[in-house]
Amino acid sequence: MDRKTLTAAFPHTIPVLMGYLSIGVVFGWMMSAAGFAPVWSAVMSVSIYAGSGQYLGVELLSSAAPLADAAFLTLIINFRHLVYGLSMLEKFQGMGWRRAYMIFSLTDETYALLSGVQAPDGVDEKRFYLAIAVLDHLYWIAGSILGAAAGSMIAIDTEGIDFAMTALFLVIAVEQWRANTCHAPVLLGAAGTLACLLAFGPDNGRFLIPALAILVAGLLLMRPRLERLETSPEGGEIP
Amino acid sequence: MTITQIAALIAVMAVVTFSTRALPFLLFGRGGKPPKVVLYLGRFLPPAVIAMLIVYCYRSVSFTAVSGWAPAFIAGAAVVSLHLWKKNDMLSIVGGTILYMVLVQVVF
Repeated sequence: MDRKTLTAAFPHTIPVLMGYLSIGVVFGWMMSAAGFAPVWSAVMSVSIYAGSGQYLGVELLSSAAPLADAAFLTLIINFRHLVYGLSMLEKFQGMGWRRAYMIFSLTDETYALLSGVQAPDGVDEKRFYLAIAVLDHLYWIAGSILGAAAGSMIAIDTEGIDFAMTALFLVIAVEQWRANTCHAPVLLGAAGTLACLLAFGPDNGRFLIPALAILVAGLLLMRPRLERLETSPEGGEIP
Repeated sequence: MTITQIAALIAVMAVVTFSTRALPFLLFGRGGKPPKVVLYLGRFLPPAVIAMLIVYCYRSVSFTAVSGWAPAFIAGAAVVSLHLWKKNDMLSIVGGTILYMVLVQVVF
């Protein structure tokens, strides 16, 4: 990758640099606190490359979760990526061999950057996108390794550090709450999952399977209403 | 866990994560238009799933003793308040986690 493209891409990625370094450090630290060598944090950040997915991964690894449970939970947590792909179909067209990497590295933050930026004059658009994707990935890997190294060297009581995953989801939920006028899906998600938790118990998170079915069914039932709200000029809120 | 077990779990997570990112390109990459219902679910399912994952994170709280639920709910409320107030991801996440660690280690 040439210097010119990198120089053009770097300023756009500074917010992600701050975010990924810190969230990556927390991830690496959680891994070390759970007793895994730093090399595993690095392997995960290179090969999985998903913030919330890897936070969940720490939990799956520390509880030695069965592979099928791990697959299901990872699927649920990353379900939103399906949406990102849908809006990047055109952007990634004609990227050749780079397309596979662009798809692999389509995290929330990279998606947000790619949706908003434009390559400056004289810089090839496709290379510019690739530079952004690669830089973000490197920040994430660097953060994880830093955190894992710090966690394995600094001896403090880390009990409770796993709460970072809960905090991350709460932050995402607050942002979504603010971005959307209609909160019915959130309330459905909370109520449906809570009902399944009470009915099936917390073991292995398997109550999420019926919960997901309820959410999809509930959303399909609400479809006429939600789509009307979405297209009505006033926006409007479900009472 | 053995090295093989750890590697297998990581491999499963990597493959599933990549699949969720690649599926739209496989299905609609050749110019096909996604069905409306897919776009609809893509728009409204993510907020519902985040709510679901929050319930998942709270699945182990117990109400038999104060120490079983108070740290998680106090720290959770702190994360939400901090985020509504300062709108800074890192502050909310790190602040809430440190508060939770203090609560479980020192207070309760």
